[in-house]
Amino acid sequence: MVDNEVKSILFAGVGGQGILRASDIICEAIMEAGLDVKKSEVHGMAQRGGCVTSHVRYGKKVYSPLAEPGSIQTLISFEKMEALRYLKFLRKDAAIIVNTEEIYPPAVNMGNAPYPEDVVSFLKKHYGKVISFNAVELAQKAGNMKTANVVLLGAVSNLMNIDQSIWQSVIKKSFPDKLVKMNLAAFQMGIDA
Amino acid sequence: MKVLMSGNEAIARGAYEAGVRFAAAYPGTPSTEILEEFSKYEGVYAEWSPNEKVAVEVTIGAALAGEKALAVMKHVGVNVAADPIFTVSYTGTNGALVIVSADDPSLHSSQNEQDNRNYARFAKIPMLEPADAREAKEYIKLAFAISEKFDTPVFLRSTTRVAHSKSVVTLAEPEKYKGKTGFTYNAEKYVMVPVNARSQRVEVEKRQQALKIFVETFPENKMEISNPDVGIITAGMPYNYAKEVFPDYSYLKLGMVYPLPEMLIRNFASKVKKIYVIEELDPFLEEQIKAMGIKVIGKEIFPYTLEFDPGIIRNVIERNTEGTVSPYKESLSPRPPNLCPGCPHRGLFYALRKHKVYVHGDIGCYTLSYMKPLEGLHSCICMGASIGMAHGMSKALKEKGKGKVVGVIGDSTFLHSGITSLLNMAYNNSDALIIILDNNTTAMTGMQEHPGTGYTLMGKEAKKVNLKVLISALGIDNIKVIDPLDQKATRSAIKEELAKDGPSVIIAQRPCALFKRANTKAKPALKVDPDKCEGCKVCLGLNCPPISWKKGVTKEGSKRKGISFIDENICNGCGLCEQVCKFGAIS
Repeated sequence: MVDNEVKSILFAGVGGQGILRASDIICEAIMEAGLDVKKSEVHGMAQRGGCVTSHVRYGKKVYSPLAEPGSIQTLISFEKMEALRYLKFLRKDAAIIVNTEEIYPPAVNMGNAPYPEDVVSFLKKHYGKVISFNAVELAQKAGNMKTANVVLLGAVSNLMNIDQSIWQSVIKKSFPDKLVKMNLAAFQMGIDA
Repeated sequence: MKVLMSGNEAIARGAYEAGVRFAAAYPGTPSTEILEEFSKYEGVYAEWSPNEKVAVEVTIGAALAGEKALAVMKHVGVNVAADPIFTVSYTGTNGALVIVSADDPSLHSSQNEQDNRNYARFAKIPMLEPADAREAKEYIKLAFAISEKFDTPVFLRSTTRVAHSKSVVTLAEPEKYKGKTGFTYNAEKYVMVPVNARSQRVEVEKRQQALKIFVETFPENKMEISNPDVGIITAGMPYNYAKEVFPDYSYLKLGMVYPLPEMLIRNFASKVKKIYVIEELDPFLEEQIKAMGIKVIGKEIFPYTLEFDPGIIRNVIERNTEGTVSPYKESLSPRPPNLCPGCPHRGLFYALRKHKVYVHGDIGCYTLSYMKPLEGLHSCICMGASIGMAHGMSKALKEKGKGKVVGVIGDSTFLHSGITSLLNMAYNNSDALIIILDNNTTAMTGMQEHPGTGYTLMGKEAKKVNLKVLISALGIDNIKVIDPLDQKATRSAIKEELAKDGPSVIIAQRPCALFKRANTKAKPALKVDPDKCEGCKVCLGLNCPPISWKKGVTKEGSKRKGISFIDENICNGCGLCEQVCKFGAIS
């Protein structure tokens, strides 16, 4: 890593998908790796089914917990169309990890608006690296659909320079004993996805 | 030890490290987690007071007994507590008193965007403003030290971005609690009748002068001189944004935003050629600095409204008119927050809209019902306002408004500031109907206890107010208790009470669907029978997240274009849609 370079990851999705927990885990891992880290999110109304985002920024010394538009290197979208909502924050060479699970917004549910088509191919056309898979299906294989957030973490860990041992120990610390094995399995699913 | 903490967790930790063991608050985003976290520390007393005014009075009492006391609230909570705050500024605090004001630039979850730095100047109370969690932990300690040293209440101002951003914090050994409580009699200082208040008023100005000297050497007002061409004066989170995009400029970062260090600011101004004042919301620093006769650039170019981010600061200073653009040009369907599946409020508002009434709303999850298709309420101003507004509208409309004016208010909000206005309704006798949405918790901020839940913040069992008895004691004779998920009973109760002369209250009682203690476990998900569904879309009018409508999948011979579906993964099984379906298609 270049001396003063600060890297930014954007987590995006819908309330209830475990986004804040996932961004907490990534921050713990970055801190364990000896780097400065800040993250920012907005609670409150977002918990009632709205959009949720979390900015994570890390490097030798981080000032702002919010990334500047056009500066983010990695987007992890927990829902397919949500990836499209935040593209102005991304660098042109950004990597995008997208869960292909669809959660309809109210207007789509009511039949009043379409759900965007060809999201993944659009992303692939405009960005260098796009990794897409259904994290919920993988999470179910790991034992519970709720571990989809950890599956996505596994995928992003491939793009980061943090030791596997750190990820393992942070995941162990982040869940009650009886859920650790399942979450480690989910993490591995993401690495292999 | 290094840990990752939010600004709110850090404020709680810092207070604990400073030897504070007493705190009171009313929950409100973005401040709520401070007391929740503080209450977990060993040996503390922490309470949810019914409202912010009470919380401040409780902490004043504790401070007068010699405690270091902490009061916490969101920005608008300071309005509620303003009365005691302005006068405790005169009496001083004996022990120590710090008031945390958590402001919400961008109104992420608030009804206004007021800049509470103005309260510091208005009430002549010093104010510190941290920029991240590390500073939040340090500044709350400094705030208590200043309170003790100058016998003054002190404000700590945070904003949503500080409160809910996490950064690395180094924990320190907590100071030992020095229990110096006892009685200090001093009527001239603490009885604010005019004769005493006049002399305390003079003490306030003396304290102001002493603080102005103190701030000149306050170590958290930091000058960083590098490039002398451009200097930036800033405080709080905007410092981080500016530093991110312009690391080479010179900075004066103010840790204390009131009173200002005039000599230090003059000194900084003499070292740089051009000065920008970067602050969110009001030109609070800018106007004071301009009044010193120093030329600075501020709100001529920076926005007055909404929070900043690094991009805004860069674009304003570099005069970039075009921001970064997304390659995706189609419009994306928004995701407005919605009432949860199984939410009891949905049942109440669905029943209420059948009556064509004007509904005054209040602050809580139920405010979300104003949106289409429920369109459940037509006004919302502040905590507790619905009852007074319903009463006033009913009085103004006289006969025209009879049976047509309703106020809705949550249980926590009613106990916060609705009781006196309901007393007024009984006393001044209007025809409005008040509906208390009693979900047995403070749901919007995440299930906090209140005097109606039977538990305290510390998890102890407590006296549980009996709403029916309370309301009856206020002088309301017409009181009905209903279950809002029972549509038939709810509709007929509303109809009956609207028809009555004089004030009525309906208590719509059903615990919040997310409230674990109330055994609100979801029932089996409901299903739409595709053979019976006529595709009439009535169930969509509930705006329940699991219910959707799909085109084309109609039964043979049907004129309808599609039918409804229920997502079994998120359905709560509350049965509301089953009750509204005219074709018996949902079960």
